Amino acid sequence: MPNLVEASGLVKRYREVTALDGLDLAVAEGTVLGLLGPNGAGKTTAVSILATLLTPDAGSARVAGIDVVARPQEVRRHIGLSGQFAALDEHLTGFENLFMVGRLYHLGRPRARDRAVELLELFELTEAGGRPVKTYSGGMRRRLDLAGALVAAPPVLFLDEPTTGLDPYSRRQLWEVIRGMVGDGTTVLLTTQYLEEADRLADRILVIDHGRAIAEGAPDELKSRIGAERIEVTVTDAAVLEEARQLLARFAVGEQQADARSRSLITPIAGGMPVLTAALQELQRAGIAVRDIGLRRPTLDDVFLTLTGHVSAPEENDE
Amino acid sequence: MKDLVYAVNDAAVIAWRNVIRIRRVPDLLVFVLISPIMFVLLFAFVFGNSIDIPGGSYREFLIAGIFAQTVVFGASFTGAGLAEDIQKGIINRFRALPMSRSALLVGRTLSDVVYNVLSLLVMALTGLLVGWGISSSALDAATGFALLLLFAYAFSWVMAYVGLLVPSVEVINNASFIVTMPLTFVANTFVPAENLPPLLRTFALWNPVSAVTQATRELFGNIPPGTPPPEAWPLQNPVLYTLLWVGLLIAVFAPLAVRRYRSSVDKR
Repeated sequence: MPNLVEASGLVKRYREVTALDGLDLAVAEGTVLGLLGPNGAGKTTAVSILATLLTPDAGSARVAGIDVVARPQEVRRHIGLSGQFAALDEHLTGFENLFMVGRLYHLGRPRARDRAVELLELFELTEAGGRPVKTYSGGMRRRLDLAGALVAAPPVLFLDEPTTGLDPYSRRQLWEVIRGMVGDGTTVLLTTQYLEEADRLADRILVIDHGRAIAEGAPDELKSRIGAERIEVTVTDAAVLEEARQLLARFAVGEQQADARSRSLITPIAGGMPVLTAALQELQRAGIAVRDIGLRRPTLDDVFLTLTGHVSAPEENDE
Repeated sequence: MKDLVYAVNDAAVIAWRNVIRIRRVPDLLVFVLISPIMFVLLFAFVFGNSIDIPGGSYREFLIAGIFAQTVVFGASFTGAGLAEDIQKGIINRFRALPMSRSALLVGRTLSDVVYNVLSLLVMALTGLLVGWGISSSALDAATGFALLLLFAYAFSWVMAYVGLLVPSVEVINNASFIVTMPLTFVANTFVPAENLPPLLRTFALWNPVSAVTQATRELFGNIPPGTPPPEAWPLQNPVLYTLLWVGLLIAVFAPLAVRRYRSSVDKR
């Protein structure tokens, strides 16, 4: 499968801030790449360059085989973009917004009209289609914005945090639509702050921080690196932290993290509650006083903790 | 050739969108139409008795000046409209579409002509009520209105550029006054330019707004007979001088604005 999106060595600086610091990425045709990272990691900058909104200071990128810097106008014919902030005209109706976008993709009048009607139906907006967008809820705006990106049925879609700020129901609804499009062969580059979202939608995940790739892999690969679930223990005395670590090591399915300052220990496990119970019994048998213990699902913080040591590294130096 | 067809199509789509917005936000339109009426009435009744126009009436003199001032003020809507598109983020949608690069700006400046047509209409009616009249041929009168609209169109490119430069609706509204107030007051709009102190007088004589006003007065037949001909070349050839400015403004500001649009980014 050819790569429909390809970037190498992308650099973008804003005055003193380096938003992208040599980013490489590739998305194979018909797959979804999830670009995962915290705020300010460079996700939106990367998407903006690939969608021809920004030009990189260095590096190159091709979308649908076309150079984004040299031939941006041609790239635009092959992409759809749905941003973090719904890019809609508040005073136009849902239908008018989609019709306008269709006309600007140079679909003929009848085709633009048909397409707007189709998309309103797909996104369950048919009833609201005749109302100005300013009367829409946040979820409806997002759906309409995504519909706008699909008007020309482009082979490549860029979705920049498509569900940020949505309620769980709307989020699930949007995920379903995106999965449907991928099923029809669309190639998607998706940015998100939510591990769960990347997990649901992405074939591969690229984790970025400070404008650089720090890990890449299928969701399962990444999860096995950070552990699907983890036991977090806080002991009352930092001196026994190492002993606790060794006791729980036999439950660990990945690297354990101990932090002396917060007297806490994170152990990636598999098996859920029974394992937690067993771990607690183990600690009590050894006479280790436990202040707090719990089972947690990995968060994006955990990904960073594991992949970069961002949070733990400086504290280790303090010791 | 294909590019040109697309450019026209895309600009028409954007203009269509803007005209829909004019209808959907009538508050703005009401404001646009009320302020020129106020200007006509205020100047006619407040200054009307204090300013003496030799051989004619101040109200006859005034209306063309108000017309010129209003269409110049109206250009700030172009800047405000673009600033709003940037603020609301819709400009990013447009910039990622394969539409013509000039379309957003051409469409915007064209649709803003609608505002000017409506405000000229309302002002003309108000003017008639306070004793203004056209004493020339219909063709001359039409030429006068066309010249006002053309100058307004050219000036809206200046504001389009400013709107892209300072993408905040609030700032635009204030910034535009810095440009439009001196242009419309240091001119022959409200008082004869000859009455101004020397430095302001030179500015007023060469000010394109004076030329538009002079041309409109002549075309409407609002110059009292026996008025000595103006001494400065721009006012002796006001139509030509206005057209030169129209060409100059578009030639300079349209490319500047289009270039600025290409590189503009959502600042959030």
